[in-house]
Amino acid sequence: MHPESSNPSKECQEMFALLSQYLDEELPPETCEQIRSHISGCAPCVEFVNSLKRSIELVRNIEREEQPAPLPAAIREELKAAYKKMLSVRRGAPAGC
Amino acid sequence: MVSASLEVELARDLLAGKEEAFDRFVETFRTKIFQYSYLMCGHREDAEEVSQETLLRVFESFGQLREPERVKSWVFRIARNACLMKRRKSVFAPAQELSLEQFLPRADHEGGEIRLQIADWSALPDTQVLRGELRQVLNQAIAELPEIYRSVMLLRDVEELTTDETAEVLEVSTEVVKTRLHRARLAVRQKLDDYLRPAPREEAPAARK
Repeated sequence: MHPESSNPSKECQEMFALLSQYLDEELPPETCEQIRSHISGCAPCVEFVNSLKRSIELVRNIEREEQPAPLPAAIREELKAAYKKMLSVRRGAPAGC
Repeated sequence: MVSASLEVELARDLLAGKEEAFDRFVETFRTKIFQYSYLMCGHREDAEEVSQETLLRVFESFGQLREPERVKSWVFRIARNACLMKRRKSVFAPAQELSLEQFLPRADHEGGEIRLQIADWSALPDTQVLRGELRQVLNQAIAELPEIYRSVMLLRDVEELTTDETAEVLEVSTEVVKTRLHRARLAVRQKLDDYLRPAPREEAPAARK
């Protein structure tokens, strides 16, 4: 990011909008190359991209300690009954449906 | 973690009437739906209800699943709709747009060098599992995202759905998914960055005794 004043340059701002797609490898090869080449020569961009990458990693590895309570037997029966009903409707349906 | 192909296999088995797949399907999807709903709704009791309601709806309409390959996005679409039915004002505030500009970092010139006004991320512990306060900050950052951004981030980065699958769940274009995901990530990065910055040196008035 090459700021004229205290704000990032126009080029940096354009890259900024595409950083997630860049990290997710969802950009066309030429755009991807353009960003890679810009970033490689721009220390502030490297710093920012690294912090964004780290932040995404933290979200991806978020520890989900919350577990649902054991499924009550009555609810399991209700779900099973709904499944069986669906199957019987399906089996009874005319061919092709 | 259950691979996508196993989920598809379970869906195929259920459609084929193989009842032995039932328990495995419930076990696999119930925890996923619960955890997704918990992060979406912010309330344990809502998440419990959403996971039960979703599974009931799933089994009632399983015959409508034309493509078992899409079982994951199909189930999450039902779960998301169930979450929206539980709307609570605090977590489903009116849609608020996040702009890109608000997350652009500012920079300073320091001795001829450009320095971004961001925290030192290298200070973060190099572990995959977050502990204590930092984990709370992260959960809070996700919970505070406006719903349209939170749902994209949970599906793409937490549940690891593809961009196409996420677009299917949310019934929006893939471009919208990409735009919202980027803004959600920038917002969370910003919150973590604020947390990682050293506290101002000035003592709080209450501390001066």
